[in-house]
Order: sequence, then C-alpha cells, then structure tokens
Amino acid sequence: MNKLAFVAVALLGAGGAQSVVAQEPAAPAAEAVPWPQWQAENEVSNVASLQRGFRNFMSYCAGCHSMKYVRYSRVATDLKIPTAMLKADLLPDGAAPADYIHASLQAQDGVAWFGKEPPDLSLIARSRGVDRIYRFLKTFYLDPTRPTRTNNLVLDAAAMPAVLSDLEGVKAAVFRNVDVTVAGKTTTTKELDHFVTVVPGRMSGPEFDAFLRDTVNFLDYAGEPAQVDRRSIGVWVVLFLLVFTWLAWLLKKEYWKDVH
Amino acid sequence: MASNDAEYSPGFWGWLNRRLPVEKFVREQLLEYYAPKNFNIWYFFGSLALLVLVMQLLSGIFLTMFYKVGETTSFDSVEFIMREVNYGWLLRYLHSVGASAFFVVIYLHMYRALLYGSYKAPRELLWLFGMFIYLALMAEAFMGYVLPWGNMSYWAAQVIINLFSTIPAIGPGLVEWIRGDYGVADATLNRFFSLHVVAIPLVLLLLVVLHLVALRQVGSNNPDGIEIKEHRGPDGKPLDGIPFHPYYTVKDIVGIGLFLTLFAVVVFFVPTFGNLFLEEANFEPANPLSTPEPIAPAWYFTPFYAILRAVPNQRLGALLLLIAVLAFFFLPWLDRSPVKSIRYRGWWFRGFLAAFTISFGALMWLGLKPVSPAYVNAARIFSVGYFAFFLLMPWYSRWDRVKPVPARVRFHE
Repeated sequence: MNKLAFVAVALLGAGGAQSVVAQEPAAPAAEAVPWPQWQAENEVSNVASLQRGFRNFMSYCAGCHSMKYVRYSRVATDLKIPTAMLKADLLPDGAAPADYIHASLQAQDGVAWFGKEPPDLSLIARSRGVDRIYRFLKTFYLDPTRPTRTNNLVLDAAAMPAVLSDLEGVKAAVFRNVDVTVAGKTTTTKELDHFVTVVPGRMSGPEFDAFLRDTVNFLDYAGEPAQVDRRSIGVWVVLFLLVFTWLAWLLKKEYWKDVH
Repeated sequence: MASNDAEYSPGFWGWLNRRLPVEKFVREQLLEYYAPKNFNIWYFFGSLALLVLVMQLLSGIFLTMFYKVGETTSFDSVEFIMREVNYGWLLRYLHSVGASAFFVVIYLHMYRALLYGSYKAPRELLWLFGMFIYLALMAEAFMGYVLPWGNMSYWAAQVIINLFSTIPAIGPGLVEWIRGDYGVADATLNRFFSLHVVAIPLVLLLLVVLHLVALRQVGSNNPDGIEIKEHRGPDGKPLDGIPFHPYYTVKDIVGIGLFLTLFAVVVFFVPTFGNLFLEEANFEPANPLSTPEPIAPAWYFTPFYAILRAVPNQRLGALLLLIAVLAFFFLPWLDRSPVKSIRYRGWWFRGFLAAFTISFGALMWLGLKPVSPAYVNAARIFSVGYFAFFLLMPWYSRWDRVKPVPARVRFHE
C-alpha cells in the first residue's frame, strides 16, 4: 500500500475521533470573503518572501513537481541566497547549482500512484494565475470517496493529495444548497458554507496563509524570473520617453510657428 | 533650391550623386513633397505603422537567432529566450506586444480612411495596396501566433486552418496540403516558421513600397477631403501644402514619442495585457488532448470570429467571414458620395459609420467570449450592422444630404 494513501486514511481515522470536539463553528468569521474571491496578494519584489517561498517549494513541492526551465543557481542569484547555503540546505543530493530543478519522483511512478505525472510548475503561475493557485492550496477538504481521501474546491477530483495538511490541519467542508434561477429554470447547486477543522495543523490560520503567500510568490517569480528587472527598467524607459516626447513637442512648436 | 547642384558639387558628394540620386530623392520625397497642412492626430498612424514594421523586423531577427522551430523544441526555446538569453524577455515582449500594436495602429489608420474618404478617387489603388498589406499582416500575425507552440497556438491553428475545409470539393484536400499532415503538427509548424520569417515579410515590404509610391503619386488626402493640388500659388506650389520635411518629420517625431511611451508602458508593466496580448492558455505547451475553454483567436481577429460563430452553417459562416474582410476592398466603388470627408457628409453616412463602429467593437468583444445563446444573438445583430455599412453604401451615400465643400482647407491648430 502506498504511503501517502496510508497517511490520508490515518488522518481520516483521527478526524473521525476528534470531529465532535472540533465542531465549534469558529470558522464563519474567518470566511468573510467567499473562497472564489480569495487573492494571493503576493509581492514579487519581496526577496525575503521569495526566499521563504523557495524553501517551502524545495521542502513540500519539489519531491513531485519539477521546474524544468529554472536553474537552482539562477534562483540563488535572483533571491540573494549565498551559494554555500544553497549547496548545504537547498540542493537535493547529487544536484549541481547550475542544474534545472527536477523532481525526485519518476514520471512513471507519478502515473502509477496518482494517475498522472505531476505537472511541471515553471509556468503554473502564468497559465493559472496566482490567485487560483492560492485558492487551490487552501481548499482541500476531506472526501472519503476519493482515492487520496481529499478533494478540492478549485479543482474537483484533484489527483494531488493534501500535502500541506500537516501544516494547515485537516478540514471538512460543510456545504449548503443554493437555488440559482436562470431564465425561469431553477437549479440547485452545492456551495461551500464553511470549513470545519477536523485535525489542527502545526500552523495557525494566519501562519498558514503567510506560508501559502510566500510559496505562491515563488511560483510567480519562477513563471517570469525577469519581471522585477522588467518593471524597474521600465520606469526609466518611460521617464526617458516622456522627456524625449516633451522635447520633440517643443521642437515641433518652434517649426510650426509660421504655419497658418 | 539646390536643384541639380549636387551632381556638380566637388568631392565625394558630387561623385556619389552622379552615380546615385541621393540628393534628388531627398528633395523630391521630403523637401519638395507638399503635404496638406491640416493633418490632425489621425494622420500619425501611417508613420507609426512603418515604425512598428521596422520594430517587428528587428526584434524578429534577434528572436530567430534563439528560437528553435519544431514540435519538441519551440515551446522550450521560447522559455529559453524568456529566461536565459540576455534581455530575451524584452525581445519577446517587444515582438508580441508589437504584433498587437501593429493592429491597433493599422485599424486606426484604416478608420481614418473611412472618416475622411481617403479611399475615394484618385486613391483607389493606394487603398487596395493598403488592404493587401492588411491581408498579409493577418497571415503574418496568425502564423507568428502559432510559433510559440502553446496550447492556444495549437488550437487556434486547428480552428483557422479548418476554415478552409468548408470550401466545396477541394476543401479537405486543401487543408491537408496546408498542414502538410493529417493534423496540425511539426510539418505545419515548420512551414509557418518559413512563411512567417521569410515569405510574408518580403511580400509586406514590397506592398509597403508600392503603398508609399502610390501615396507620393496622388498625394495625401486630409481631414477636409480637398485636393490641395487644385489650388496652387504663382510658384506652382499647393497653397494649402507644406513641405513634408521639416514640418511633418518633426510632427511625426512627437507622434512616435507618444506612441512609444504608451508602448513601453505595456511592454514593461502589462505585457500580457490582461490575457489579450499573451493568453494564459498559451503558457501551456500544445496539447492535442486538452482543448482550452474558450478557444479564441487573438483580439484583432475576434470581430471576424464572432461573425463566423453567429452563423449556424459553418460553410456560410466561413463565407461571411471572407466577405467581411474583402468588403473593404470594394469601398472606393461602393461609395457614391460627391464628398470625401465626414465633415461635409450628411447624417445617413454618419449614422451607418457609427453603427459600423459600434458593431465592429461589439463583435470584437463577443468574439472573445464563450458561446452562449444570448451572445450569438447579439453577434447576429451586430453582424447586420457590420454588413449594412458596406452593402447599403451605394444607396445611402447617394441619398445623403452633403454640405458644400470649401475650396481651401480649414486649419485648426
């Protein structure tokens, strides 16, 4: 039996035992903003956040997900991580700083264990958007019908297990029925009412949010490593062009004085 | 004027001009080329189109140095350019934003012609060359869009090439011939690369030269739609004209400055332009098994795409799409009005032009949206507005109560 499924089952068992205690509805206050509107609110210019995000990525994501367009050394340079620290704490065994980030998981194992190869994350922030990833990572809930024993609100029947449940805790989702009337036809859809923490994690809610923000921030950076440079160069280019245009306009005015 | 002096001047300048008419060319094309003095902001877009063409050629040359065409290499090489080539991201964004900027500029340039009747005699051929440039540009943009081999590249190619399958009898064979395979594949990508970097740019350059030569022959129109050559002073120079250089060179530099400022804001701060210039789906590699939802072509093709989707019959839809593009070619002969400029036209023309403008914009928006019954019905209504402008023009342009056209241009600074 594979290990992850075992962990999930164990968690589910633990959840069943504790659910009575954890039913206190403290949740709704925190869910003031409905989940489809949650925003990542990450800042790619925040190097400290990117460093933490890279650490999180290497600890929690890189086991299964590659970033085949991103080199460790480039990340270290951009994120101001000393090479010694990169080598000591962040590089997987056998990897050189100039290597691209490749997952330890073999593709065929991914297919065997999860039904598909975990996607490369180099461009995930560009193809899905940071907000969607943030919502995805925050909306795993218990669902005994799934092989991973968890499901996800953003990506229904997600193949990915809730790998961050150790930090966030294990949540159950409480749904309510909502009637939607479109053109006279009423359909009933299931909508999230609130989450209930079944097993608390190692982090508090705000701590976990900060953890996700940093991680998503790193994914954002990895999607376009030049973006911080791009914006800082852009300021000077636009300022130059404004001055240039102003001078050109003065020149034009001078030449056109005698045209009536 | 220095007339032929250059050929007799001593030294290198004389030597050069006896062999190559440098001085003569500059004099005839710039110093003694008289342009109407009443150009307004709409007249910036011609020189801007030329600027964007040069930018696309230059950034394209550098991208071609690093891009590796092929089913298994294209997507990776674009990311290589974005990440590992020095300022590769800048080259790529200049080129991708430049493609959209080209269409912004060309659409405004064409709209100017609609406003001031610039397609009317004696400028019919000038207009036709312009329209051929537009067609070549559409082909160039479409093939360039396929080259990154993202998922939207793949599916856009699939949809657009399949339009040819609606041609009776030869359709299916033609589609196979265009793709070079039974599906959009490596062969398609390779030939699109060849056409995008060699064949169509050559055609574009030739057409641009013809467009400019024809412009110099007939002279520019102006916001009043008056032929300035009909009112000359005792020295034979048009009374309402001013030498292109220095007056319009300095003025065009202001236009270029304004344009480049806006262009730089997009390139450096919003290069994807909220999914319009680079779509999210195109950051995933081409995948024949996963269709992006919705499939939409780049924004500059969406008015035609909306017309295509508004028709339930695919063959009829493709035919209407073709007519929607080709209708512009016939404008010089559809328009029966005695005046050129909208300033002197009556409410019939203004009304139909307004309906066309709204329809074109609405179709552009609808083409980006997923199909729904309400949107399809809206697209049908706006398609009627689009085609009515062209099909009814022979009548409404004649019925129009036009105002008397003054002999000389009105000048507003």
